[in-house]
Formats: sequence, C-alpha cells, structure tokens
Amino acid sequence: MTTESIIWLIPLPPVLAFFLIVLFTNKSKWLSHTIALGAASLSWLGSMVVFVRALQVEHLGEHPFTSAINWLPLAGDWFEIGVLVDPLTVVTLFFVAWTILMIFLYSIGYHNFGQPTGDHDRPGLPPHAATVADEHGHTHKVPSIEPLYSRFFAFIGLFAFGMYLLVVSDNLLTLFVGWEIMGLCSYLLIGFWFAKPSARAAMIKAFMTTRVGDVFMLLGIVYLYSQTGTLTFREIFNEETLQQLATTSSGLLGLSAAGLMGILLFMGTVGKSAQWPLHVWLPDAMEGPTPVSAMIHAATMVSAGIYMILRMFPLLSAGWQEGTALTPALGIMAFIGAFTALFAATIAVANNDIKRVLAYSTISQLGYMVAALGIGAYVAAAFHLVTHAFFKGLLFLGSGSVIHGMEHGVLHTGDHVDPQDMFNMGGLRKKMPITFWTFLIGGFALSGFPLFSAGFWSKDEILADAFGHGQFVVFIVLALAALLTAFYTMRQIALTFLGEPRSEAANHAQETKWTMTVPLVVLAFFAVTAGWVGIPAHFPGIGGLVPSWFHDFVGSTLLEHPEAVEFNFIPLLTSVVVALGGLYLGWVVYKDARAGEADPLVNTLGGLYTVLRNKYYFDELYDFLFVRPAYWISETFTYKWMDRGVIDGFLHMIARVMFSLGSIFRNWIDKPLVNGFADLVGETVKRLGRTFRFVQTGRVQQYMVMALVIAFGTLFYYLFFLLQP
Amino acid sequence: MTMLQVIFLIVAAVTLGAAVMVVTARNLVHAALWLILTLFGVAILFVLLSAPFFAVVQVVIYIGAIAILMIFAIMLTRRVMQDVGPQYNPGWWMAALISLVFFGGLVWMLSSWGGFSTPLPELPEGIDPLRQLGQALVSPDAYVIPFEVASVLLLGALIGAITIAWERG
Amino acid sequence: MIPLSYYLVFAAALFSIGLYGVLARKNAVAILMGIELMLNAVNVNLLAFWRYRAPDGIAGQAFAVMVFAVAAAEVAVGLALVISVYRRRNTVAADEIDLLKW
Repeated sequence: MTTESIIWLIPLPPVLAFFLIVLFTNKSKWLSHTIALGAASLSWLGSMVVFVRALQVEHLGEHPFTSAINWLPLAGDWFEIGVLVDPLTVVTLFFVAWTILMIFLYSIGYHNFGQPTGDHDRPGLPPHAATVADEHGHTHKVPSIEPLYSRFFAFIGLFAFGMYLLVVSDNLLTLFVGWEIMGLCSYLLIGFWFAKPSARAAMIKAFMTTRVGDVFMLLGIVYLYSQTGTLTFREIFNEETLQQLATTSSGLLGLSAAGLMGILLFMGTVGKSAQWPLHVWLPDAMEGPTPVSAMIHAATMVSAGIYMILRMFPLLSAGWQEGTALTPALGIMAFIGAFTALFAATIAVANNDIKRVLAYSTISQLGYMVAALGIGAYVAAAFHLVTHAFFKGLLFLGSGSVIHGMEHGVLHTGDHVDPQDMFNMGGLRKKMPITFWTFLIGGFALSGFPLFSAGFWSKDEILADAFGHGQFVVFIVLALAALLTAFYTMRQIALTFLGEPRSEAANHAQETKWTMTVPLVVLAFFAVTAGWVGIPAHFPGIGGLVPSWFHDFVGSTLLEHPEAVEFNFIPLLTSVVVALGGLYLGWVVYKDARAGEADPLVNTLGGLYTVLRNKYYFDELYDFLFVRPAYWISETFTYKWMDRGVIDGFLHMIARVMFSLGSIFRNWIDKPLVNGFADLVGETVKRLGRTFRFVQTGRVQQYMVMALVIAFGTLFYYLFFLLQP
Repeated sequence: MTMLQVIFLIVAAVTLGAAVMVVTARNLVHAALWLILTLFGVAILFVLLSAPFFAVVQVVIYIGAIAILMIFAIMLTRRVMQDVGPQYNPGWWMAALISLVFFGGLVWMLSSWGGFSTPLPELPEGIDPLRQLGQALVSPDAYVIPFEVASVLLLGALIGAITIAWERG
Repeated sequence: MIPLSYYLVFAAALFSIGLYGVLARKNAVAILMGIELMLNAVNVNLLAFWRYRAPDGIAGQAFAVMVFAVAAAEVAVGLALVISVYRRRNTVAADEIDLLKW
C-alpha cells in the first residue's frame, strides 16, 4: 500500500469507531472499548508505518508525502484538500499516535472496567461505589464501573479523528475542521459528568473561551484566502507569496498583511493552547475524567495550537531575518509566551489540587513553546512540543492513578476526604510504587533534570536559543519560570509520595491495575529517551556522539534550514542550576509536611499567597467584564426589552388594536345596527300585532261594520273618482 | 197627487215606521209584532205593483211562517233576555252612520240614473203574469233549474236546521 | 202616477233600516229580523223594476220567487243556529259570542 493511501486512512479508524459505538455497540461496554482500542491501534500502526517510511526518504522536507483531491468546484477552478507528511508532521504523528494509544488503554482501567455496577450511580455523575459481599457475608465497598462507559470511548474516538485529521492536513481548512472537532470533543468530554454543576460550567467556559480564539483564527484564514486565493500550505509558503504578503500593508495599525494574518491565526493558539489572556478554561477543564485531561489538555489538543503556529511559522516570520528585530507577530508571540510561562508557574506554586497543578504547568510549558517560536527558535519549539507531550501525558495519567488509589482508600476506610487534594496524600511511594517511579521520571522531565530526562534537552535548547539570539528578557523570564517549575514539581511529588500518609485514605491506598500502569511505564520510557534524539552537536562531552537527528530532520521542514546556535555555557549552566535548585528547594520545604499543618508558603508569601490562590482574580475580572454583560444583553436587553418588549409589544399592540376594532364593530355596528334592525323588525311586528289585535273582537257585527265601511268606501271611490269621464 | 200616490205614501210611511220600531223596540215580542206589520205593508205594496200573487205569498210565508218562527225562537230563548239593558251594542252610532251614508249614497246614485223617474208603463194585453210565472218556473228553457235548485236548497235547509237544533240526550 | 223613484227610495230606506238593525242590535233574533227587512226591500226593488222596466219579461218575478225561498230557508237555519247557540252558551246576545276574540 502506498504511503499516501496509508496517510489518508490514518484518521479513519477512530471515526469509524465513533459511529459504530454510537449506533450499535452502546449497550456493550466490552465491545465498545475493544472497538475503540482496536481503532487506536490501527491508527497507531498506520502512523508507525508512515514514520518508518518517512525516515527512509532523503530530504523529506523538500519531497514530502502529499496527496490531494479536487473537492469544491469554484469558478473555473477547484478547491483542493489533501494530506501532507513532512518532517514536522512525522514527529507529531509519532507522539500523537503513542499518546492516544496509551490513553485509550489507560481509560479502560480508569473507568473501572470489570467492576460491578454502583449502588447509587447515575449517568452523568462520577461512579461512586458498589457494595459487594464475600462468601462470609461481610460487605465492603469497591469502586464501581462508569455508567456511561461506551459514550466515553465514542467521544475519545471522535477526538482522535479530529487530531489525526489536523496533523495530516495539507491545508488550513481541514486543519480548522479537525481543530473544531477537537473543540467539540473537549466540550463533550469536560462535561462528561454532566450532572455535576461544576462540570457543566467548565465545559461551557472551555468552549466559549476557545471560541473567542477560533473566531479570530477564522478571520485570519479568510483574510489569508482573500489575499492569496489558496489555503494549501505548500502553495502559500513560497518565496514570492510570502514576500508579497510581508510587504503589502493590511491597512490596520500599520501591520503588513502577513503580520495581521499571523496575529489573527495566533489568537487561535492563544485560545486553544490556553495562553494568557485566554488561559482561564484549562484549570477548570480538570473537571473531566483524567484520561481526558491527559489526552486533550496535555498531549494532543493544546499541542494542536502549537502545531498550527509551527506549521504557519513561515507566514509568521515573513520578512524577518535572524538577528534583526522581531516582526510584530513574532514579538507578540514572544511576549505572550514568556509572560504566560511565568504567570502560570506562579499560580501552580500555590495550588493544592494535584490535577490543577499539572494544568497550570501545561499552560506554562505551552508558553515556553510559544515564546520559543516567537524568538524564532523553530526546532526548539517543535522539540519541546514532542517531549512535553510525553512527560505531561505521563504526569496526568500518573495523577489519575494516584486519585484512583486514594479513592480506593476512601472507600476502604470510609474516610471521606478529597482524593485530589495533595495535602491529604503522602507516603504513597510505598503504597503505589509503579506510579511513584513513573511520576518521578515525568516530574524530573518537566523540571528539566539534566541529561536523563527529555525535558532537559528541549528546555535547554529553548534557553540556549533565547540567549543566543540576544533575547535576554525572554531568557531571564523563562529561566525564572523554569526555577518555579522545578519547585512546584518537587512540591507536588513530595506532598504526594514522600513523607508519611496524612490521612487514613492515603494510608490504605493501593496500586492500580495493569491497564493503567502499563501506559505509565511506556510513556516513562519515552520521557527519558525522547530527548536523546536532539542532543546538540556542540554539547560538551556527549555532544556529537549521537547525531542531532531532530534538529536536522525537523529543521528541513522550513525552506531555509535554521542554523543551530553557537554553544554557550551560560544558558546551560542556568538551566542546570534552576532545575536542580528548584528541585532541592521543593524537597527541603515539603519533605516533612505533616497532617493538619498549613502550607509553609502561606507564612512566607503572606498576602501574595492569597492572590496566587485566587489565580490573580482573572476569573472574577472576566466575569465582571464579559460574562455579566453577556448575560445582561441576553436576559435583559434582548429577551426582556427587545423580544418581550418591542416584538411582543408590537404583536400585543396589534392584538389590542384588532380587539378594540372588533369591539367597536360589535358595539357600534353589529349590536345597534344589525341586531337593532332585526330586533326592530320583530319588535315592530309585535307592537303592531299588540295594537291591532284589538280589531279581533270576536263580534260579528263589528266585523260587518268594518267590512261595510271599507266596501262602501271603495265603491264610492271607484264610482266617483275612477269613473270620471 | 192622485189617490194612488196618497195610498202609497201612507202605506210607505206606516211600513217604514214599523220597520224603525222593529229595530228599536226594547221588547223583542213587540219587535216581532212590528215586523209583522212591516211585512203587511210590503204586501200591500206588492199589490200596488200589480203582483197580487206575491202579496199572498208574502203574507202566507213571511208572516205566516217566518214571523211566527221568529216568535217561537224568541219564546224559546226567553229566559236569558229579559229585555232589560240596552238592546243595542256600543257601536250603534257607527251602524246608524253607515246606514245613513248608504241610504244617501244609494239615493244619490239612483237619482243620477236616467231611468229614475220612469212612469208606470201599461201591462201587456193578454198576458197573465201569474200564468207566465208558473210556466216559467217549470219550463226547461226558462227557470226550471233554479226552481229545482231552490227545492234542493229548501231540503238542505230543512235537514240542516233539524241537525243543528237537534237536542242531544 | 207613482214614478219608479218612489219605490226605489222606499226600498233603499227599508234596506238601510234593516242594515241598521243588523249592525246595531244585540239579540240574535233581532238581527235576523233586520235581515228579513233587508230581504223584503230587495223583493220590493225587484218587483218594482220588473213592473216599471220590463213588465213583459219574467226574470224579475222568477228572481223574486227565489228570494222568497232563500229567505225562508235562511231564517229556518238561522233560528236553528240561534237555538243551538242558546243551548250552548246560554245567551243570544251577539256581542257575547266572541270566541274569535284575540
């Protein structure tokens, strides 16, 4: 089978799984997850085949796998859609396929397949507990299976389709289609437990916030199409088109056409990858089940935002040369990326929920990637994208495993504590060893532990690029963020796993099933090794031993192969110091955290801690600025005033006019004239009758008198008047 | 003024006077008697009109039968009508008015007719009016049919009167 | 000589008197008397016209015979009716027999 055919087929199995599950196998949980897992495996297989074949092609960047079909007939021409696999696509496909497959497998265990149905479980609420009795009649509670099990697999199947579609697209339109499908699935999956009000609010918030970004992105796409007449990447990214776009003025704020397009498209990423100011939805999105958090909000969907700006980098950097000042689009990206990285890291430091720490960490790391791309470090950004997907996915799955273990402890002991609050955990390294070691690997990768974690290599490369290109502000900000990242990561690990259990539930936690631990191990493997494909050639010691394959491979995607920066000790040293220093600080502060004690940060930071706890009050600000006015417009202005007042008022007025017209007709014409006339006739006849009946006296003589009078009268009249000669 | 005219005037006056008494008498029996006098007067007039047969018939039938019959009827319905109270109904003035108008109108109409003052013609010679009448009444090309019909009428009246006045029980 | 007009006026007068009697008298028998007067006036009229206008014809006389017969029949039936009414309603006053009253 040709590679192009395989590429076309890669997105197909998950969407087929979606339709099969929705239409046919919804009732059977086993069949649903088998179909889903099978579909994910098929797509994984296809991706691996493409990966292997792509590696064998010389200069894939110049000769990518492409295939297009005529889709939409335009005036005299066709709008084509198709697939494109160039180096960027290849590495993205790699991590997307692996993480999706692992997460599908993990979901089987996470949703407690094989467990009995719960006692009081309702569809739309997280499963609570089932009571089982053993042969002696002792009853105890065990976790129960998710009531809407099949629905979950249908949705993640649809989501996988969206992600694969986005990755293999060769044009902005189908990329946007995949983008929106993932937005929909994110909405559906965040609100998977829709009976919880907090989940409902979170799903709407996520959709609305990303929608803001998507609208701007759509404007950018439309503007691009109107200027170039095409949306296919390879047709846009040629010298003449880019040059022309960079020099034409857009008429807005002095930006060039390319600059405006770039900014508009970047807004899509701001929404989708939860950058400041559209970051507010990602922490709330933790309401969804943990596989959702891992897949959508760590490994794939938020990565799609970064993938898109990586893809559009030639447009964003049109007119920019290395060493010169950044274009407006790049400058905005660098600012927002760096700011978000530091901003989110500070919030993560003060958060106590195991998943929310990871959510803010994701926002921060995405900020790294955006900043890297903003300063022109294309390869570094792509590298960090790949490594981050692995270790962040690992961390989220690990947190899900921890939560499951805690819930087991809660059910066992009846000690109803929040299983997600890290201050209720502790000492879990003994109870859940596999989870502990894999989580530790992931955490080190996140912190950038030197040499042995993938995160080190990618983060170091970003810092080196920042320093090397002279972007010192970005460099310092990112270094600070790295310090905080290491600190809060170690804080998280120490609170969760080290020390002694701080609650009964933690004391009775137990390790999770193989369906959940195997993905952890696999991803941990990648978290360690994925970095080694990108060791820079100039690295002291081991540099050059392994070819810097990643750099050459992904770099060849661009028209001009970006050069590697000169090696400099300062960024390397900074990187090592902040990583190890942050880890040490975190360990020291939190290794002896005891039950019932407050977080030591409260005293140290004082008022700043409250601000961090409340996430800088951005949610309240947005509520005041946007949400309440929107409600006001819809409830008061549109509904009450315009709809009920004006439109209904107009209708009521017409009704009133008609009614009074009818009353007028009735009371002034119908009753007096018509009825009156009829009554008049009747009444007249009656009165005449009453008057004239007295003629009937019954006396014959009077009749005769009258007859004679009339007869004589007529006779005389006849004789004397009518017979006159 | 010839003798005949005088006689006529006297007879006419008496007859009319009696007729007025008939219609104004309070006592019904008196009225019946006045009626008989009126009928007599009419009979005399018939004689003056050279129709003696009719005079006889008038006396025999009208006075002898009809007037007597009326007296019978008066007697038979005597109990209630005690001849007290007015004998005329409240609308009598209207009746009088009509009568007068009728009389006046009739006289006036007749006076404008040419033959109003026709003198008395001579009776044709050799014709006996009575004989002529008798022959006419039974002659098929004269008045036999009315004659027979009148007989049937009388029969009908006879049967009808008996039927109506039949006392039940 | 007695002109025709004498008889005609006389007959008219008699007729009018009879008419008054019919219209103004209460007792039913009195009404019948009035009718008799009228019929007599008719007879006088008929015979006067016969004598003065067509003495050699016979129509006047024949008609007068008919009038006689009819008068007799009518009086008989009328009195039978009066007696029948008297039996039913115990009255012969014409204005008390008003069953057709409104």
